[in-house]
Amino acid sequence: MSSTETPPPNLYAAREPIFPKRVSGRFRNLKWLIMLVTLGIYYVTPWLRWDRGPGLPDQAVLVDLANRRFFFFWIEIWPHEFYFVAGLLIMAGLGLFLFTSALGRVWCGYTCPQTVWTDLFILVERWIEGDRNARIRLLRQKWDARKARLRITKWVVWMLIAVATGGAWVFYFADAPTLLVDLVTFNAHPVAYSTVALLTATTFVFGGLMREQVCIYACPWPRIQAAMMDEDTITVAYRSWRGEPRGKHRRQHEKVAAETRTATAGGQATAPTDLGDCIDCNACVNVCPMGIDIRDGQQLECITCALCIDACDEIMDKIGKPRGLISYMALTDEEHERSGEPKIPVWKHIFRARTILYTVLWAAVGVGLMVALFIRPDLSITVAPVRNPVFITLSDGTIRNTYDVRLRNKYGEDRPYEITITSDAMLSVEAEGSDDGLVMVPADSTKLQRVYVMAPPDSAAASRAVTDLQIWVEDTISGERAVKDTVFNGKAD
Amino acid sequence: MSDNTDKVKPVDRKVPDAQAHLDNVPTTGHSWDGIEEYDNPMPRWWLYTFYACIVWGIGYTIAFPAWPMISGATSGILGYSTRGELAQELDAAQAANAAINEQLVSVAITDVADDPTLQQYAVNKGAAVYRTHCSQCHGSGAAGAVGFPNLLDDAWLWGGTADAIQYTVMHGIRNEDDPDARYSEMPVFGEILSEEEIEQVAHYVYTINGRDAIDPELAQLGAETFQYECAACHMEDGSGNVDMGAPALNDAIWLYGGDLATIIETVTYSRYGVMPNMGARLTDAEVAAVATYVHGLGGGVTESE
Repeated sequence: MSSTETPPPNLYAAREPIFPKRVSGRFRNLKWLIMLVTLGIYYVTPWLRWDRGPGLPDQAVLVDLANRRFFFFWIEIWPHEFYFVAGLLIMAGLGLFLFTSALGRVWCGYTCPQTVWTDLFILVERWIEGDRNARIRLLRQKWDARKARLRITKWVVWMLIAVATGGAWVFYFADAPTLLVDLVTFNAHPVAYSTVALLTATTFVFGGLMREQVCIYACPWPRIQAAMMDEDTITVAYRSWRGEPRGKHRRQHEKVAAETRTATAGGQATAPTDLGDCIDCNACVNVCPMGIDIRDGQQLECITCALCIDACDEIMDKIGKPRGLISYMALTDEEHERSGEPKIPVWKHIFRARTILYTVLWAAVGVGLMVALFIRPDLSITVAPVRNPVFITLSDGTIRNTYDVRLRNKYGEDRPYEITITSDAMLSVEAEGSDDGLVMVPADSTKLQRVYVMAPPDSAAASRAVTDLQIWVEDTISGERAVKDTVFNGKAD
Repeated sequence: MSDNTDKVKPVDRKVPDAQAHLDNVPTTGHSWDGIEEYDNPMPRWWLYTFYACIVWGIGYTIAFPAWPMISGATSGILGYSTRGELAQELDAAQAANAAINEQLVSVAITDVADDPTLQQYAVNKGAAVYRTHCSQCHGSGAAGAVGFPNLLDDAWLWGGTADAIQYTVMHGIRNEDDPDARYSEMPVFGEILSEEEIEQVAHYVYTINGRDAIDPELAQLGAETFQYECAACHMEDGSGNVDMGAPALNDAIWLYGGDLATIIETVTYSRYGVMPNMGARLTDAEVAAVATYVHGLGGGVTESE
C-alpha cells in the first residue's frame, strides 16, 4: 500500500439522522390499527380479571414465577405441563416461517415491538416538534429556549411511554392492582423496580434514540428472514421498469412535446418524452423510517412497513398515473411485467408447496396442543417405585414395596385424595401417616406421598419377582380418578 | 423498432439498483471463489459501546477478584468471593429457618405431624441430615445392612415411636461418650454354656419364629436352656424387650442373620452394636427433624398402637 492509493475507508460511521415524514394511506391506516390493537393488548391484558374460585388468583393472564404457575383465562399450566409452552414456541417459529415465506418481513413491518414502539415515538416526535422539515430545521438550529422546550417535552413524553411500557410488563408477573399500589407506595420488591427501570431504559433508548439501528445492527431476524424469502415471496418493491428513467421535469418535457406536436400539426413528437413514471420527488424516501431508498432494490434495512407505497400512491394520484409504482409484489412478477406476460395472481404466489407445508406443520402442532389441552386430566399423578431397597421384609414376613406418589391438588381448597390399588394378586395398600387411605393435599400444591403395598408372607406376589398392579388416586370430592401402572417386586430375583 | 420494444422499455437503460449502490462500497480485497466481502463501516455507537465495555472491564477487574498471581488471585476492592457469598447464603438460610427450627425443638416430636407445614419441613430437613450423617451405616435408602438395622421395617430394637427414635439419635447406643446412651449387653454365652448347650439353644431359637426345626430333638433340649438363660431379656415367647434393646426372636427379621451358624455365633460371642450420640454433632432441631424423617419411612410406631 502506498499513500498514492485511495485513502482508507472510514472504519466507523455516524448515524444518519432520519426524519420520517407524515404519510396517509391504506397501509398507514392498517399500521395505526395494528398499533392500537397490539399496544392495547399489551397494556390492558394484566388488568383483566378471571374468577377461579377461592384461594386462586383472579388475574386472567398471570405468570406466577414464585409458585411456578401460569394462568391464562381458563387454562392453568403447572411446571410438569411446560411442553405447552414449548409447543407455543414451536408454533411461533413455524408461524414466522410461514409469514416470511409468504409475505416477507411482514412481522418486522407491522407487529414487531421495535417497529410498533418506534412508530409511537415518531408519532410523539412529530406531534411535538412538527413534521419532517420542521424537525430538520430544529436539528440544525442553535439551542434556544424553544428548542430546549420542544426537546424536553418530547423526552418527557417518551419517558412516560417508556415507564408505562416497563411498568406494564411487571403486572404480568404479580397481581396487577396489588402491585400497582405497592409500586407507587414504594413497597414493591426491588426486582419489580429494577425490571421496570431496565425496560423503561430499553424502551426509551430503542424506541427514541436507536430505532432503525436496532433493526440493522442488533437484530438477527433480518438475516434469518432474508434466507427464508424466495422469488415468490410478496414484498415491497419498486417497479423500476415502469419508473425509470426518473426525472423531475416531466411537465416541461410534456409541454415541449405538446408544443412540438401542435407545431408539426399532428406529426410525431420528437421531444424527450421517454421519462418513466417516477418523478423523483423523493416522497418514498422521506417517509421511510429506515432512511433508505426503496428504488435501490431489495435491502437488508427494509422492514417492509409499506409506508413508501402510501407515499408513492399519493403522488401517482396527483400526477394522474396509475398507482403501484411501488407496491407489494413478488420478484418473479418483474420478469412477467417486463415481458408483458399476464401477471401471476397473488394467490398463486402465496399458495405454494412451501407455505402449505408450513401451514400444515403449524396447524398440526396447534391441533396437537389443543387436543392435549382438552384431554388433559384435572387430576394427574406420578408414581415412582422406590428402588432403594426394592422391597423389605416386615417382622411377620410380609413383603412391602414403597412408591413415591406425587399428588397434585389444582383446587383452591385442601382436598382429601383416596389411594387404592387393583391387582390380580392379593396385595394391600397403606399411605404413610394415614389410617384410612385418605391423604389431605393442601390447596393449590403438590404432595409427595409415600405409599406402601404389602404382600402377605409366602403369598404368590411375595415370592414372585414382579407382579403388576395399578395405583388409583381418587379426588373424593369431585370423584375424578387417575391411575398409573406399576409393579410389585417380590423376593425372587 | 419492433412492436415488442415499443411496449417494453429497453433493458439497457441505467437502472439505479442495489448493485449500483453497493458498487460504491469498497471491499476488503479478499475473494473466495469469487465471493468478496464488503468493507462497510461499523456504526460509531458500536465503537463507543466497545470502549464502554473496556472501561467496565477495567473497573470490574479492580472491584472483583480477577488477575491470577503466583498464589491465588487479586482479591478486588469489594472483597467479594464465591466462598464468602456461599457463607452469606447459608447464614441467610439459617436465619430464615430460625423460627421454624425453634418451633421444631419446642413442639413435642409426636405432635409434629399435627402441623403439615412443620411436618413437611422436618421431613425435608431430616432427609438432608440423614443423607449426611446416617446413610454411611444405615444405607442411603435406610435399608440397613448386617449389624446395622433396617429403618424401613416395623422392628425396633429400642422402640419405634417418634420420641424413642429421637432419644436413640440424640444419645446413641452403647457408646462411651454419652452417659445417657441406650445400653444393654448380651452375655458372651461361650463363657457360660457348653458348646453342646449353645447348639441346642440355637436350634430352638431357629424355630421360635415358626420355622420348622432342623433337628427337633436338639431344639426340644434347647427350649429348656432358653427359658433359663435367654427368656429374661428375650421373653419366654421370644418377643424381645424394647426397654432392654433385646431383639424379638419370633419375627422374620434378623439383624446379624437368622441361619443356624449365625445364631450359634451370636450366642457364643454375643453382639455389641454401637451407635454414636448424634446429639453431640447435630443441633436439637436436626435431631428432631431426622427422627421425624426416620419415623415416616414406613416403620414408625404411633403411641396408640
